[in-house]
Amino acid sequence: MEVTKVINATRDFKIGEVETHALRGVDLSIENGEFTALVGPSGSGKTTLLQLIGLLDQPTSGQVFINGKDATRLNRNQRADLRKGTIGFIFQFFALIPTLTAYENVEMPLLLNGTKPAERKARVNEMLQAVGLSDRAHHRPDQLSGGQQQRVAVARALSIRPTVVLADEPTANLDTENGKQVMDIMARLNKETGTTFVFATHDPRVIKYASRVVTLRDGLIVENNGSSPK
Amino acid sequence: MNQLLKMAFRDLGRNKRRSILSALAVSIGTTLLIFMAAVLRGEFRGALQNGIRLQTGHLQVRAESYDENKVSLAWEDLIDNPAQITNQLEALPQVLDATPRLIASGILSLGDHSRGVQVIGMDPASEANQIFRQGVIAGDFLTGDDREGILIGKPLAERFGLSAGERVNLLINTSNGEVDEQLFTIRGIYTTNVFPYDENTVFMPLAKAQTFAGAENHASLIFVLLKDQEQAETVAAALTSSNYQIQTWRDLNALSVQFEQFAGAYMIIFYLIILGITATVVTNTLVMAVYERTREIGILSAIGMKGRRIMSAFLTEATLLATGGVVGGLILGGLITAYVAKVGLIIPAAQGVTGILLGDKIYPYLTSQDVISLTIVAYVITLIASLYPATLAARMEPVEALHAQ
Repeated sequence: MEVTKVINATRDFKIGEVETHALRGVDLSIENGEFTALVGPSGSGKTTLLQLIGLLDQPTSGQVFINGKDATRLNRNQRADLRKGTIGFIFQFFALIPTLTAYENVEMPLLLNGTKPAERKARVNEMLQAVGLSDRAHHRPDQLSGGQQQRVAVARALSIRPTVVLADEPTANLDTENGKQVMDIMARLNKETGTTFVFATHDPRVIKYASRVVTLRDGLIVENNGSSPK
Repeated sequence: MNQLLKMAFRDLGRNKRRSILSALAVSIGTTLLIFMAAVLRGEFRGALQNGIRLQTGHLQVRAESYDENKVSLAWEDLIDNPAQITNQLEALPQVLDATPRLIASGILSLGDHSRGVQVIGMDPASEANQIFRQGVIAGDFLTGDDREGILIGKPLAERFGLSAGERVNLLINTSNGEVDEQLFTIRGIYTTNVFPYDENTVFMPLAKAQTFAGAENHASLIFVLLKDQEQAETVAAALTSSNYQIQTWRDLNALSVQFEQFAGAYMIIFYLIILGITATVVTNTLVMAVYERTREIGILSAIGMKGRRIMSAFLTEATLLATGGVVGGLILGGLITAYVAKVGLIIPAAQGVTGILLGDKIYPYLTSQDVISLTIVAYVITLIASLYPATLAARMEPVEALHAQ
């Protein structure tokens, strides 16, 4: 079953008088349970494509479907609603709220989804255990290492049991050991929970985890070794 | 809501110095508002009470044709046999004291110096006039049978260089439209701490004033003090007569009341300036916070927090700032007001405005109504000031916010 589909998406940016074509007509379909890597050099359009799939941005033209729903027809609030119940995010920088503890960071998406307190508590504890940070639950981000922070971000992304988790260069700011730990956890959770993962990277050590690799260059998909678009 | 409060509280703690300074700005603003409101209210409350206790009483009974601006001493403009109506008034349960007064225009002169004064003939034994007995700072108070003594105010004594026991010439208009003059002895010097009153008012016993002015058994008015000033209208209604005019303290101090309203409107400008400065500080603080936390706003937006909730987060932060500031301001403003209300705020050479008796000190007076309204105003202004930064945060595009440095 398709969890997300991108049809002929383009994305243009205009900075001053200069127009940049970040995506030039991309077609991509992601099936449930995939562990897909978007690869390519800097400026190839990986992050832009992830942002379109994650409904953080709108294509200049084309369509983006999430669970069969055309997200390009949704307004800002409807996109936020769809995001909070469907999509988990892991960013390159350790995107945690610095004033909240690890527990509270993982709990935040559940609060936004209106999950009941007892279930919320159970899920947060389950996710922190899954990423091996039960003993760091009440530490704030500045009391955690980079690797630990990124594991909290993984727990947060998965706490809502999303349809798809989007990770933008999840290991770029981690050393080899921590990067491996994070990727191992993501791969394990993909297998154990069947959650779909799409991650952008240009790190060969990360690419090897992927069950499918989609290569972009100059805003176009130039290689797609998994299922074909559409 | 709980989570929003928790986040807002912790966010304020991220830059403690800035948060404290912002709350301090709200505090100082609230303190100034509280204090100024109390000073203004105290000033006019004091002026009104001075007017009542010295000049108007709670009620005045006058002859129907009496015009206080003309200070007429013609018998037809005066109350005949004032003792009779005074006794009737004193029999009323609401009345604390009623006493006749004869008022004449006069000129006090000594050598080359002279000054126009208001001469009041009064009953020295009356309860309502004990304020002048208590205010005697040199010499003695008058007695009812004194035929040569007068009581003058401290500023007048200083102006003429007079001491108790010295003699001075007093000229007054009389009932037959002429003038008469006589040498009087300064029996005593008084102060009511109301400069314009003390500077212009000379007292003598009623009987002597009646003789001197040719008014015989007449009085200009009956000065009435009530046990409760709020009963003035009720008592006035009960006293209605075709022979007399009954004036209440509200009628007689209309200028004070009007001036208070005018000053109140003027003070709004002052309040707006203070609140404008406070609002600018709060806006500045929160705009800085929004820019510092742009990436966090992007994260929250990415995980599904809607603009309205992001806005609520910043408004919650502003509410906490306002709470700290307003509570601090209320405490500080309350303490300053309480202290100044005890010692009084000295007004240098308070000349007052014609018809308004400002004392030489203002005793700030804070009402619960002022506290409530100013607290609400301070809160509302702080929240309005935070609307711009909160909206700024709420409208951020997640993808742009996430890429902020």
